Amino acid sequence: MSHESTYKPNSNFEKWMDERLPIIRMSAEISSFPTPRNLNYLWTFGGILTFCLVVQIVTGIILAMHYTPHVDYAFDSVQHIKRNVNFGWLLQGIHMVGGSMFFLAVFVHMFRGLYYGSYKAPREILWILGVVLLLLMMATAFMGYVLPWGQMSFWAATVITNLFSAIPLIGESIVQWLWGGFSVDNPTLNRFYALHFLLPFMIFGVVVLHIWALHVTGNNNPIGIDVKGKQDTLAFHPLYTLKDGFALAVFAILFAWFVFYAPDYLGHPDNYIQANPLQTPPHIVPEWYFLPFYAILRAIPSKLLGVIAMVSSILVLFILPWLDTSRVRSAKFRPLYRIFFWIFVVTCLGLGYLGAKPPEGNYLIFARLFTAYYFIHFLIVIPMLGLIERPKPTPNSISESVLGKSKGGGGQPDAVPAAPENR
Amino acid sequence: MASEIDETNRRDFLMIATGAFAAVGGAAALWPMIDQMNPDASALSLASVEVDLSPIEEGQAITVVWRGKPVFIRNRSKQEIDEAMATKVEDLPDPEARNAAISDDAPASDVNRTKKGKENWLVLVGICTHLGCIPKGQRIGDSKGEFGGWFCPCHGSHYDTSGRIRKGPAPRNLDVPPYEFISDSKIKIG
Repeated sequence: MSHESTYKPNSNFEKWMDERLPIIRMSAEISSFPTPRNLNYLWTFGGILTFCLVVQIVTGIILAMHYTPHVDYAFDSVQHIKRNVNFGWLLQGIHMVGGSMFFLAVFVHMFRGLYYGSYKAPREILWILGVVLLLLMMATAFMGYVLPWGQMSFWAATVITNLFSAIPLIGESIVQWLWGGFSVDNPTLNRFYALHFLLPFMIFGVVVLHIWALHVTGNNNPIGIDVKGKQDTLAFHPLYTLKDGFALAVFAILFAWFVFYAPDYLGHPDNYIQANPLQTPPHIVPEWYFLPFYAILRAIPSKLLGVIAMVSSILVLFILPWLDTSRVRSAKFRPLYRIFFWIFVVTCLGLGYLGAKPPEGNYLIFARLFTAYYFIHFLIVIPMLGLIERPKPTPNSISESVLGKSKGGGGQPDAVPAAPENR
Repeated sequence: MASEIDETNRRDFLMIATGAFAAVGGAAALWPMIDQMNPDASALSLASVEVDLSPIEEGQAITVVWRGKPVFIRNRSKQEIDEAMATKVEDLPDPEARNAAISDDAPASDVNRTKKGKENWLVLVGICTHLGCIPKGQRIGDSKGEFGGWFCPCHGSHYDTSGRIRKGPAPRNLDVPPYEFISDSKIKIG
């Protein structure tokens, strides 16, 4: 932890523990962690994502108790879970919708980082760990989608594993190695099941590193300037635990709405047809959270280059901290970047829309334009902006921007509501 | 808060209400996760089986599966019935009938363990009441124990021709499952 420890063991037991396993000290330091006092609700998505991960692991372990990873039984066992198992409809619904909610939250979390410059020094490692988490999430979600062994499961597995066949010379061998055969079949399903079980725990491990890195650098904040002293921060608990808790409750309402009223809305009806290796559905689309990447893949009229473009669209995020030449973090003080940020958001949404459309005519033209802009944004716009943009003046400190300039007496200024503890 | 430290205020109420709401919500969310491990609809739908008794000759026994458990059905000989009838309830380690069809405190007389008019048919859950092994005595050549019924080889429990514990560590008589005659030679268990 970067801040000075304020924990004092109170009882003899706490002292005894502190000399052996200082776990009470650790919790005390996490709960008193100095957090910038100006964080807005976009900063609550870290807590929401932790919640999503725990929900997916808990419901996933429960589903594993009832699921059968075999090509002859997988589809039926998922139906069995939905129809027979006590509360199976609920637990399977939570797990299925939970995947979408997880990606929804992670996309908001990432755009938050992009807008407020949270990837910039000294938070490069924090950001890179986040991109690693995104890749792990994508792998986990993809393999989880295969397990119900519906038509979309099977053909998603076929299409995605075939991406590796684009690799020159060794591509075919890699694909056969992934399949454990000459097509997607029982060995593929079995290994995807094992890996789908394993990866969430790897995600959990990287989340620990992500939070560790966060506690070394401290949170970024909406105005993007460094914390200068105690007056700029508040203890994480109780203010931010409650703020996170409130945001989580609102998020849970959306989550619950999907689970109870539209569990299949985010899925594809073809996945309720059992996998048939002899017939491809007429229109193959991935889950919504993969659509932008799918659009990039299809925009390039070359197998190898398409795969390279799709993979690069995520890999480019790894070098983003060094592509950005601006020293100002928050888009609040970057009038040009703010415009380009929103153009980039529209680009991503556009790619998502086009990923669900057939790759022909105007759809294909727009997909190519958006794909081009996606990379132009990272490789040209962001490096150039730092050189030509003239940022607005940033406030002197977080406390000044929140509380206003202190007026003589040094007491709390009028602009702030009366101290909350007196209300 | 220095001056109002003992006064209950709006903030305290909100804190307690929030905490209570979260605790109740958490507990409610826990129930589906626990209940999912209970027998599900497909297990409950297998809860009854029908058995044709006509091929079972006097003195023979068969084992059928009901809810994944072995059920012993024995067509008892006259001698076996007489032995079972003659045994006094006071001599039994477990004096209760253990018959799903009658009340719990009914005595373990042989009539309380069979159906009236069908006393030759003995239907039992074939699981030793000690630690769940399957007692011997169904097949020809099996040891039937000292009382001519069943003998559990795991820890040496002896059951008589009415399936009642007579000797050994088992605490209870073999259970009589719920069953009924749906015709003269057909029963439905469960």
